[in-house]
Amino acid sequence: MGEDAERIALLEAQAKAVRRAVVEMIAAAGSGHPGGGLSAVEIVTVLYFRVLRVDPTRPRWEERDRFVLSKGHGSAALYAALSLRGFFSPEEFRRFRQTGGLLQGHPDMRKVPGVDMSSGSLGQGLSAALGMALAARYLGRSYRTYVLLGDGECQEGQIWEAAMAAAHWKVDNLTAILDYNRVQLDGPVGDIMELEPLAAKWQAFGWEVIDCPDGHSIGGLLHALEVARTVQGRPAIIIARTVKGKGVSFMEHQAAWHGVSDPSRLPEAVREVCGG
Amino acid sequence: MRPLDRLAMRDAFAQAAIEAAERLPNLIVLDADVSKSTKSSVFAQVFPNRFLNVGIAEQNMVSIAAGLAAAGMIPVVNTFSMLLSMRALDQIRQSVAYTRLNVKIMGHYGGYSAGPEGPTHHAIEDLGIIRSLPNMTLLVPCDATEARAAFHAAVASDGPCYLRLCRNPVPRVLEAPQPFVIGQGYQLRGGWDLTIVAMGVMVARALEAADLLSARGIDARVVAMPSLKPLDRALVERAARETGGIVTAEEHNIYGGLGSAVAEVVAETAPVPVERVAIRDCFAESGDYFELLDKYGLGVRDIEAAAERVLRRKMDARV
Repeated sequence: MGEDAERIALLEAQAKAVRRAVVEMIAAAGSGHPGGGLSAVEIVTVLYFRVLRVDPTRPRWEERDRFVLSKGHGSAALYAALSLRGFFSPEEFRRFRQTGGLLQGHPDMRKVPGVDMSSGSLGQGLSAALGMALAARYLGRSYRTYVLLGDGECQEGQIWEAAMAAAHWKVDNLTAILDYNRVQLDGPVGDIMELEPLAAKWQAFGWEVIDCPDGHSIGGLLHALEVARTVQGRPAIIIARTVKGKGVSFMEHQAAWHGVSDPSRLPEAVREVCGG
Repeated sequence: MRPLDRLAMRDAFAQAAIEAAERLPNLIVLDADVSKSTKSSVFAQVFPNRFLNVGIAEQNMVSIAAGLAAAGMIPVVNTFSMLLSMRALDQIRQSVAYTRLNVKIMGHYGGYSAGPEGPTHHAIEDLGIIRSLPNMTLLVPCDATEARAAFHAAVASDGPCYLRLCRNPVPRVLEAPQPFVIGQGYQLRGGWDLTIVAMGVMVARALEAADLLSARGIDARVVAMPSLKPLDRALVERAARETGGIVTAEEHNIYGGLGSAVAEVVAETAPVPVERVAIRDCFAESGDYFELLDKYGLGVRDIEAAAERVLRRKMDARV
């Protein structure tokens, strides 16, 4: 128990560093997607610092676990986790979204060590992750594939094509995580295009649905990921209830901060995540 | 018309895929519920465990292929060319072209070869669309023999490749297999009055047109250009310099395809008269494949007439 608490405390500290890097990166660039980056901080932290079998010195290691950030606009969170995990120097943060930098607005697998799939145009990542999971089956490899979906992204038809296929082929080495922050670019998901009943939709498509009532709770995420790993004969999805813009008070739940709506307030955001 | 191939291009594709799979254990074939049409079903019979039918979901198929390729496999995706190049275009662009992943895309039923299915199923914009994507290789073989060679060349090269295939048996051009080199065209017939540059089913028609021209004392060079991208720029430039006029012939809309590509090179290197035989920016109709080619401006006589226009413009330029 004590060991668990210690591990969780360490992961919480790591998540804090990731969150700080996300805000600093976006503040340095003066643009980006803080809302959906911040909602995913604990998810990517738990994955890269605890769950994924990866080796920063061998980013193309064939047996590594795969991660696809299907919601590619959350790139700052992925870059922060990868860098702090040792895949590349945090020096790169200063050139996020800048000409000549490695860190594109949306992830580029050919530029950034540790990025397993390029993404940006929404809806494609679940299919790509499914392809990776199937490849493990064909090639006799033991790696697992994880994919992080946005909620608004589930309005794309291709998500459901992939959902159907993954269940049809009984792919159980694939875990999807849905960053359910309930806010998309133009407003609340429920106002723009309702997704509910969301769990029932995934269940109807043949997935094991694991509810994670607090997608910022390290312990909750670890538990959900552990459950997902044990599911056999079908894919599993963790619906992680998160807060858009988590950690920066004036960004939380705000569609306006899907992107950077007011660059002049970014220093204030940096102070908030760096203080305390 | 020249004698038809015994095999349709799709049959040649299936044979080539089986040959490739025998030596490449990581090659896998995907289809989107048209495997009986594309003949990937023939591959599936031989290699049932290396075939995936994704159902009617072209976008999913292309992105799955990207994931398979990212993990070291060689996926070969199959469906109609109009679906791949348009419905799954975003997936091809982001997950295959941008990533430079090793995905082989088989655009079946190219041009009018879906014939009676009608304009919804004709692929007349595919080449211009795919050619505009960075990192893509785009191949358009002229007969079954070349289709087989092109498939093997595509699989042998690392990176995204789109192969446009015809549904039907087409007139045979190549009497014997010859090496297929991506980025190279080749001369089929010598001549010094003008050059006809053609690809796909139009290569055979170009040769027929050259026969008609020859009977009238006009000496037309015929060049096959199966590698639309990368284009054999040197061969085009040499044809322009040596023969002073070019006709292009393609089974595609007039924008963005072979005529555009050749005219770009000619304009940039050795400006000479160019006339393009292509679809005149219209949708066709249901009908027999070869009848459609003739009705929509892709007949042997259309090539001959274009050659006459080129020669007239050459004369006018000299006066």
